Formats: sequence, structure tokens, C-alpha cells
Amino acid sequence: MRRLLIGLTFAVFIVLLIIPLGRIVIGAFEDGAGGFLDGLLRPEALHALMMTGLVVLVVTLLNTLFGVMMAIYLVRAGWLSDRVKGLLNSIVDLPYAVSPVIGGLMIVLLLGPNSIMGAFFEGIGFNVVYAFPGMVIATLFVTFPLMVREVMPVLQELGSQQEEAASTLGAYGWRTFWSVTWPSIRWAVVYGLVLTVARSLGEFGAVLVVSGNIMNKTQTATTLVYQDVENFNVAAANGVALVLVTFSVGLLLMMEWAKKRKEVH
Amino acid sequence: MNTVLRHKGWTWGFRSTVLLYFIVLIVLPIIGVYVNSFSEGWSNFIQSIMDPIAWKAVLLTIRLAVIATVINVILGTMIAWVLTRYRFFGRSFLNSLVDLPFALPTAVGGLMIMLLLGPISAIGKLAESMGFEIVFHQPAIVIAMTFVTFPFVIRAVQPLLEEIDPSEEEASYTMGASKARTFRQVILPSMAPGMISGGMLAFSRALAEFGAVVLVAGNIPGRTLTASVFIYGEIESDNPTGAAAVSVLLLTLSFLILWLINLVQMRGRRR
Amino acid sequence: MHVEVRDLNKHFGDFHAVKDVSFDIAKGHLIGLLGPSGGGKTSILRMLAGLENPGSGEIRFHGKVVNHLPPQERGIGFVFQNYALFKHMTVFDNIAFGLKVKKTPKAQIRDRVMELVELTGLKGFEQRYPHQLSGGQRQRVAFARALAPEPQLLLLDEPFAAIDAKIRQELRSWLRELIERVGITSIFVTHDQDEAIEVADEIMIISQGRLEQKGTPWDIYKNPETPFVATFIGESTVVEDASQLKGFEHAVEGERTRALIRPEYIEIGLKNEFSMLSATEKGIVKHLHFRGSEWMVEVEVEGHKLITYRSLEKTTLQVGQQIRVLVHRAYLFNDTHSWVVENRLKEDPMPVII
Repeated sequence: MRRLLIGLTFAVFIVLLIIPLGRIVIGAFEDGAGGFLDGLLRPEALHALMMTGLVVLVVTLLNTLFGVMMAIYLVRAGWLSDRVKGLLNSIVDLPYAVSPVIGGLMIVLLLGPNSIMGAFFEGIGFNVVYAFPGMVIATLFVTFPLMVREVMPVLQELGSQQEEAASTLGAYGWRTFWSVTWPSIRWAVVYGLVLTVARSLGEFGAVLVVSGNIMNKTQTATTLVYQDVENFNVAAANGVALVLVTFSVGLLLMMEWAKKRKEVH
Repeated sequence: MNTVLRHKGWTWGFRSTVLLYFIVLIVLPIIGVYVNSFSEGWSNFIQSIMDPIAWKAVLLTIRLAVIATVINVILGTMIAWVLTRYRFFGRSFLNSLVDLPFALPTAVGGLMIMLLLGPISAIGKLAESMGFEIVFHQPAIVIAMTFVTFPFVIRAVQPLLEEIDPSEEEASYTMGASKARTFRQVILPSMAPGMISGGMLAFSRALAEFGAVVLVAGNIPGRTLTASVFIYGEIESDNPTGAAAVSVLLLTLSFLILWLINLVQMRGRRR
Repeated sequence: MHVEVRDLNKHFGDFHAVKDVSFDIAKGHLIGLLGPSGGGKTSILRMLAGLENPGSGEIRFHGKVVNHLPPQERGIGFVFQNYALFKHMTVFDNIAFGLKVKKTPKAQIRDRVMELVELTGLKGFEQRYPHQLSGGQRQRVAFARALAPEPQLLLLDEPFAAIDAKIRQELRSWLRELIERVGITSIFVTHDQDEAIEVADEIMIISQGRLEQKGTPWDIYKNPETPFVATFIGESTVVEDASQLKGFEHAVEGERTRALIRPEYIEIGLKNEFSMLSATEKGIVKHLHFRGSEWMVEVEVEGHKLITYRSLEKTTLQVGQQIRVLVHRAYLFNDTHSWVVENRLKEDPMPVII
């Protein structure tokens, strides 16, 4: 029975994950190494990769900062009533339930050219939808819960006693955070960070809607892959996809490494 | 520097910024969709969601998501079992691989499936010769959904399996129960909350999936057009209100499931 | 440091945890807050520290109201029940923390930390991390850390609750010596009677949010002011109707006067061991327990079960044996007040005509 189950498990992994990965590698080099590079060095491809990089950078920075703060407030804040905290806590999970396309739609409805706020921004020359800011906001929405949900359980388990001890010894907010809280949540934050990077790298639906997928302007690596597939330019699609896969696998390794460090203490 | 930061102004500044960020980013957009879907009136809203294409898309999505979830619950439980209970070469490698769908862009996932099962691939050609097609048809959608939600059930069941006290099983054996019976009455109930919450998370995710599906599905209304792809279509056809209406439908369903998941998890914790 | 507390109150939701507590503590004294779990002792301690805000009432240190001061500014040292050591810092860094916050020069920090390390017997462990220490060592680091910034008031929350019973005794006497040597005003919370009696100069008994009595261990023991205090300290038996006891029939007041009888109030023995035989009652030995240094005897008198101790020097008793019981005194209480009464028969012995 045991052998059967182990064998089946291996089979599932191979069929579902390993073979498809291999297929992308093969597909990327279908036209040889030259073909691979051609597809990759297209100006639109380079631009798309750069856009992806920028979005990932901005989103990760913002959501790390605000996510950690949110987690602290949800667990420790004495100035929020328990009921408010419970409500906010449930709201944090909402992006998980929202389909990415709907996420993009929400941003377009709220900040698109036909909306109040969107028209206002456009008036002052600041385009939100179909431009970089909109893409960032859409990705922020989708990745927000990741950091918060990683840090909260660690804070809960830590308990507030060490922080109280620090306060009796004269330490105020920032000092206490840096000396006592941060060393304990460090690895959870790293793990959350890796998750956020992976998710923003791979974000597709929301960005597709919000950016308008304008080549060389608002196209990201994932929407470029989509465009290539729709145009039957499979080798090029594979090339870009391979780059993404490489990053993903790298991120996966970092995830596993950070996970282990997280559980040590 | 501590005295500067200590000033009441800083604390309140910090607090309001974070809360504002949270409200503007999460709460406002969701409210916006609900408001906008009714912006052209109640009757328009009804019309949009009663549109047969929309309706069929939602039902199709639910049906396919259920199938994908069932597959994942069965496969996922088995894999969680194998990874937790057995020691074999390659175990930690496979364990790390489980998270791959979390790390991979969904569009790439869709591409992978297309390459694997499309008309130009080996399997695709084989299937065609046997008379059924995969890509651009429902099986592809199910496979896409299964791929994307692969880790959920596994990661929900694993910790429960690890927590099981071996003495519970031993007690069962000493009282004469067979392995099968012990499994059914001692182990399965411990795994059940994980199977349920993991399954519900997987279902919720499968419902919402867009990237992997849009690449492999054929977008034929009623046959291979899922809700998220339909919504995308409405947006591209400049019908944002119609899109919003169906979105509201899908959102409400997803929120319900999320709420149910919370309930199950709370019940599990109370035990 | 003179600590004054007036009309302290605290609610947690609907639960009235601390009710109108008032007390004074003189400088340099070691006070124990004793009482059953959930009685409000820890809440009082935390309010003194500034870790909780009182609902109403005033707290003064050296005459200055400190209600609105945060813990950082109260000049206190706090030792937590579970030590709350900074897990990611060495013993040295833990102890030095309070000094670093005050921006003390490095050399001074070093001197002070080493002084405390010596004082707490942790020499050689400065570079260890908390998870590399035993429970007793961790507790000592917690003390050192709290004392390092030379606080005016030391607060300890059940400091020995998480320690092995064996080490507890050692640490108790060690703590008392340490505090005497440093001369710092200290307040500690415990639910262990023996600990409070052994360590503290004065005890405050706290139950259900109220201060029942404040006094030296001896005072509290000899003159309990409320029935709760009387039953809480020491072992005792309660007799529902005091008038049923020989020699106390006329000592009762009002209805329902109960008697609390401590083991030391009772003398038992064979007929020939008593000089005032007429004051004694008949009793039957129900149970005997050997306690290492004496016998614990359960005696039934007039349907009441009383507990007392018997020296090993005297003739050993047997279960079922008929003996004489003399109740020297009893602590009587009814609904309005309580008082201690000597057995009347001792004072007016009736002439015995043999």
C-alpha cells in the first residue's frame, strides 16, 4: 500500500509540475539559443520585464511597511476596541476572495477616467488607470493580506510581556520595536516579503484590466506572455515565461529557506 | 530622537496613515464595485445578472471549481499523508515543490498546461486520436484550476497530521481495531477540518482563477466561458456596469465562502 | 519610597477586579500581596507599574501623583512571572538594557552589570542566551535586569511560580537577603502563603478585589480581622455553631456564630496529660497521619471533626481511641464582626470533686 501511494505521489508531481516545467524550457529553446535571445531582447520584452520589476519593487516596499504596522495594530493596539479589531481582521482577508479581474475592475471603477477621483487626477495630469500608479494599486490590493497574515501569528505567540518589560526599563515605542519585537518577527517578515514578491511578480488578471496592456507602456512580463500566446508567438512566450519561471523557482527556494528559519525560534 | 518620536502627533500620524491606507486600499474599492453595479438602476442590475451568458458562465465556473476541488481534496490528502507519514528519497524535495503553484505566475501556469496538452503536444495528439480534446475544452479548465489550487489542501492537512499523537492510534490498535477502522475513526476525523478548510480555500480560489484559465479555455459561452473571463470580456467591450453586476454576484459568493471558512476554523480551534 | 494608594478601582468589562483598595507602604519595606488566584493582586501590581490604567483612584510615589505617568517614567523595576527575558539578547545585554536606554556611558554599564552579575551569582554566564539557562538562572537574570537602572520601587509578579519546588526555597531566602542588602522598597504578588510569611515584612491579603487586611505575618495570624483572613492563613476547621463547643456556650452573640479553630488552639491527649480535666471534652481519634516531625490527628468531638498536631515525644495514639480534647481558644465570627475568645472553663475551673 505504501509503495503504491508513494508511487502515485511521485506520478502526480511529475505529471502536474515537473513535465510542464520541462516543456517550457524546451519550448523556449525551440528555435535554438538564438531564438531564445531574440524573443527576450525584443524592446517590448525588455520594457515589460522592467515594468514588472518596478511594480514588484514599489508594491513590496509599501506592503511590507504597512503590512507589518497593520499586524502590530491588530494584535497589540490598546487604542482600538476588540470589536473594531475583529472587523478589521476579517476585512484583511477580503482580497483573497476577490478574483484578480474583479480587483482590476474595482480600481478602474474607482479611479478610471469616468470616475470622480479619476477625473480629478487626470485634471492635474496624474494618470492612474492605464498607467503605472494604477498597476501598483491593483497589485497592492491583491498582495496586502500576505504580510499581515504572516506577522500576526508570530506577534500573538510572542506575547506582550517582553515589550512590557522593555517599557518598565525605560524604552519607548521605536526602541522597544527595534530591540525586542523586530528580532522576533524578522524571519516571518522575510517570508512574507518573499511571498509578496512572488505574488506581485505573477500578478496577471488585475494588472491586465488596469493597465490596458499597452505595449511598451504598461505591459508587464505576464501580460506580454498572454499577448504572445494570443498571437501564436509561442517561442517568444516561452522565452519570457522561462525568465519568470527561473525567478519563481528562485523565490520558491528562498521561501523554503525562510520558512525553516522562521520555525527555528 | 526618542523624545521627538514620542510626541503625540507622531503616534497619531502613524496610526491614521496606516488605517487610511488600509481603508482606501481595501474597503473603498469593494464598496465601489457594489455601488457601481447599481449605478444604472436596479433593473439594469437584474438584467445584467440574468443575461443567459453571464448566468451560464457563473454556473459553469461553480461546477468546474467543484470538480477541481474534489480532485484536490482526494489527491491533496493522499499527498499530505505520504509526505508526513513516510520517509523516502526525495521527500523534502517534493515537499518544497508543493509550493510551486504559489510562486508561479498564473499565466505561466496556463502556458505550461497549454504546451503540455495542446494540439501540438504529444499528449494532445494522443487525446485527439482517442476522440476527445483537452485544451480549449472543459478538461483543460479543470486541470488549470487543479494546478493553481494544488497546495491548499496539502498545506491545510499536513499540520493536522503532524499533530496527531501516535498514542491515539496505538490505543486504537490495542483495543483491537484494524488499520482501516483506525484510519476511519481516529485519523480521518483529525484530518477532516484541514480537508474541509483547505477544500474551501481551493474552491474559492478556483472560482476566482483567471490567468491560467484564460490561456487554456476557448471562451465558448456556456461551454468554456468562466465567470472571470466573462467579466473580463464585458470590461473589454466597454460595459463596466454589466461587468460590475456579475462581479457583485461572484464577490458575494466568495465572501460567503470566506465567512464559512472562518467559522470552520474557529470551530476547529475551539476543540 | 513612600507609596500611597487611595480608592483604587479597576473594571475589566463588567468584572469589577479591584474594589476601593487603599494602603500605604513605607520606604524600604518588603510587602507581599497574598490571596487566591483571580483576586486582583496582579492587577494592583500592574497598576502600580503603569502597565494598566486604574478606573479611578490615586497612586502616589513620594507624594507625587503618578497615575498618568507611563511605566518608562515611574522609576520602577518589574519582574515578570515568566521572566520575559529578551530572547535574542545575552545575559549581559538583558541586564544592560535599562542602562543603555538611559544612555549611560559604556564603562559605567559594564561596571554595573558586572556588579549585578556577581550579586546574583551569575558569574561566567554573561554571554549565554536565555534558552541556555535553567529556570532559576533565568529568574535571577530577571532580577538583575530590573535592578540595574536603580529603580525606587521593585515589583515582582509571582516570581517563583514557574520554578521547581526544590529551588524555590533557596531562591526565596536569596531574594530576601538581596532586597535587604539593596534596601529597595519592594512589593511582590504570590498565592503561596508560606512564601509570603517567610519573605515579607508585611502582608496584604487581597480577595475578590478587596484589601482584607494589612499587617505583619504574626499580626494577621494572631488577629485576623475578617473571616476570610482567618480561614485563609494557616490550617483550621470551621464549626458551624460555636455554642456546641464546651466552654464557649456563652461566648456566642446573635444567631449563627461560627467558630474557627486552628490546630494550635487544640490540645489533645490521654486523661493523665491534662491538669484542667474538667475543661476537656470527650473525643475519638478518627485518622492519624505521620508528617515527618509530628503526627497530624483528626479528632471527632460532638460530631465535629477537628484537626490538630501531636508531638512525637508523647504517647502515640491509636485510631478509634477515646481521648480528651481541650479547645483553648477559638476565633468566633458572625455576620457583623469577629473576635477571639478564650475557653471560659480555663478561667473559672469548676472545682473537681473526686
